Amino acid sequence: MTLQNKYKELTDAATAAGVSGLQVREQDGVLYIDGTAPSGAVKDQLWATYDKIDPNFLSGDVVMDVKVGMDAATTKVKVVTESSNLNIRKGPGTDQPIVGKAAHGEVITLVSQGNEQWWLVRTDDGEEGYAYAQYLSAEA
Amino acid sequence: MKILRLLPALILVAGLTFSGCKPKDADIKANVEKALKENPAATGVMVMVNEGVVTLSGDVSDAAAQAAVASTAQGVKGVKSVTNNTVLPPPPPPPAPVVIAADDPLTKAVTDATKDFPGVTAMVSEGVVTLTGTITKARWMKLKPMLDALNPKSVDPKGLTIN
Repeated sequence: MTLQNKYKELTDAATAAGVSGLQVREQDGVLYIDGTAPSGAVKDQLWATYDKIDPNFLSGDVVMDVKVGMDAATTKVKVVTESSNLNIRKGPGTDQPIVGKAAHGEVITLVSQGNEQWWLVRTDDGEEGYAYAQYLSAEA
Repeated sequence: MKILRLLPALILVAGLTFSGCKPKDADIKANVEKALKENPAATGVMVMVNEGVVTLSGDVSDAAAQAAVASTAQGVKGVKSVTNNTVLPPPPPPPAPVVIAADDPLTKAVTDATKDFPGVTAMVSEGVVTLTGTITKARWMKLKPMLDALNPKSVDPKGLTIN
């Protein structure tokens, strides 16, 4: 069974859910699924589908990078850590010194999306630096 | 010998008679064009006729349309043969290869991503992220998307205990 067939339900779901720029490529025994989902809920649903086909993603034969589309006009983001404060660092990387912290659930200003992993943010206290993008969610 | 003198005239008369029975090239062209008009895929096809031999040229959308225009033309009265010079669109370019992150930036990015996942150890080698340790199912559902976003070749969690 080819990887495309094995994960057909997943790629079909991505198409049906309106994932834009969807790319499905097989290379050296790994299926790469890239695209931008219209919402975080769609992204979660795709990961649940992937987990259903390959429980716990144990086969390691899919790399799925589905981002959540964000309005270019977004200027406020919410801190969505598990429960702790979010470190704000001088530069993009955990090796960079911490220049500030944002509380769990706090809404802060998005200055720019420096790269995919690290976004430049500013708190209401005026602390500015890089925070890990996975812990930031676009505020509706 | 009178007959010999008349021969050229007879041949001429015979020739005129027979050519009068065959559709003229211009008529064949008109009829082929009319037949092709019924096929929307043939709008870009041009028709030339020379002594009953039809030459089709121009663009068609796919192989099926290419075969269809030839058989349509062949079916027109007076067509002796069809030369199909229609052109198919070029095939779409192959998708760009997947770009795998180099180990150094990938190692750094994986360190950043796994920082808040104590109990999980990640090793990076030739783009493959190999995980060991223990993690809850809910946390693994969060970590795997983070790792997949770093352009790894693959993520191998076989050494990870997920509970």
